[in-house]
Amino acid sequence: MIGLWSVPLLFALPLSLGILSLLVVPKWRPRLIFLGLPLLAAASLDVLAGLATVGPTVYRLGDWAAPLGINLVVDGLAVGMILMTTLVTSLCALYAWVYLRDHPSSTTFFWPLLWFLWAGMNGIWLAEDIFNLYVGLEVMGLAAVGMVALRATPQALAAAMRYLLAALLGSLAYLLGVALLYGAYGTLSMAGLQEAATNNATTQVALALIILGLLLKTALFPLHAWLPPAHGGALTPVSALLSALVIKASFYILMRLWLVLGPEVTPEFTAQFLGVLGAGAVFYGGWMAWRQHHLKQLVAYSTVAQIGYLFLFFPLVTNTGPEAARLAWDGTLMMLIAHALAKAALFLSAGNLILAVGSPQISHLVGISRFRPMSLFSFGLAGVSLMGLPPSGGFTGKWLLLHSAILSGQWWWLIVLFLGGLLSAAYIFKVFRMSFREGPQIDRSVTPPLTLDVTALILASVAILIGLTAHLPLHWLRMGSVFGVG
Amino acid sequence: MSGAISGYLVFAWSGVLLFGLGLFGFIVHRHLLRRLLAFNIMGSGSFLVLVGLAQDGRGVDHVPHAMVITGIVVAVASTALALVVFRRWYRASGRTDLPEDT
Repeated sequence: MIGLWSVPLLFALPLSLGILSLLVVPKWRPRLIFLGLPLLAAASLDVLAGLATVGPTVYRLGDWAAPLGINLVVDGLAVGMILMTTLVTSLCALYAWVYLRDHPSSTTFFWPLLWFLWAGMNGIWLAEDIFNLYVGLEVMGLAAVGMVALRATPQALAAAMRYLLAALLGSLAYLLGVALLYGAYGTLSMAGLQEAATNNATTQVALALIILGLLLKTALFPLHAWLPPAHGGALTPVSALLSALVIKASFYILMRLWLVLGPEVTPEFTAQFLGVLGAGAVFYGGWMAWRQHHLKQLVAYSTVAQIGYLFLFFPLVTNTGPEAARLAWDGTLMMLIAHALAKAALFLSAGNLILAVGSPQISHLVGISRFRPMSLFSFGLAGVSLMGLPPSGGFTGKWLLLHSAILSGQWWWLIVLFLGGLLSAAYIFKVFRMSFREGPQIDRSVTPPLTLDVTALILASVAILIGLTAHLPLHWLRMGSVFGVG
Repeated sequence: MSGAISGYLVFAWSGVLLFGLGLFGFIVHRHLLRRLLAFNIMGSGSFLVLVGLAQDGRGVDHVPHAMVITGIVVAVASTALALVVFRRWYRASGRTDLPEDT
């Protein structure tokens, strides 16, 4: 059991730090990250070490048996998501530590909400039963809504309200689905459901409700309307966290549930239908991103587009043979992680550019390349991964998805991958065209603190590096899944 | 026996009915307080389904009770947060509904 004792710390620590940060005076709240970040990093690495020594396992919280106790699943996928969350959240927290000095009214509640958000996310990655996933979704969702509302402008409050209504509706649909599944089978655990569930009307209605609720929370086109104002209008570190990590949590649940129940229970066209919605998201999100005039709105619509790629998972993994399904699993997870890193980097560097020119308008970026080459470099590196140019995580992910599509004979998804890449290039280069244009508008810019540039650059570099060493994380991520080798 | 089964199923069906009514209100109304009330009715509906359906034919089951208690805590917290955001939005804009998308 070496290493496994730190599993519950992954959400016990952030929860305690969240409460602690509410108790200390506001001046001390940001400083808690210097206590919390090393502890959480150590706990995450310890869980990774535990996975390496004892292999995928189920951790029983307090040694109580389910359903009274809570089972936590420690497999490659969960640990991968935990490491991704630790890396991205830590860097965003460092960024926020500096960034929020100019927003003293927001800093009071940013820090407690950050810890609660982290606890909710780690709870979701580890939960083995569908009810604790619901609790995790709510802890994370309510913290996220609070973070969007931090800015307290009318626009931010309207965005937060819209986000909250969407999140609540999604949660209730999910909860009703859970109620139906429990009523029908008397179990909440994923493994139990996989054994017990049969193809009947109750299961179908329950799964439809759960899928609908999660689609709304993941903001898949055409249920995406709440996302751009919430992600584009929030404070920069909040935008990065929400776009990089929070929407991934509901997708993660969808992915796990699909592998447990999906293909047996849903009608055949469901997987293709989810893929078509994903394709719609890629085209519509890309097109809308290209049309934006505000830099952060552009990045937010880019998230709508990138979510679409993840949903190619469903048609590529369902009834396509083991090799194509494994490629789809690898490709989707690579896209997911690469997007988390690249989108956090893109939002942070966009925030730096906005600080530098003092305006969120893309047209005001004229000539910025001479003054802020480093911010623009991070933006570009992240852009390379989003466009799917080699060598980057985005490229590797698309390459694997492409292979899976060819192998399963579903050539129509290739069009989505190619055109989506072109659209991403169009909106990324729109920003670059403005930055490199020489114009009379500005002859000087504000220099943001170095920490802001460095955190964005680290995230962007990791998004590139993960593409170069993709086989290693992908090997880990397969552990304990149906695609695992051992 | 059939009487007992339908007795429990009555709860589940009224839960579905409440959920449907709440959903209808959530979609139709624009006033944010009404939408929030509708959300709470939907929540109560799903709790009834959770308790009613699980006891049908299997007798008393404690697990859904624990789940409903957790669910109620979540619903109260969500409602409180929604009220805070709504009150701030009302103070900032003077509106009781959300502006339509542009």
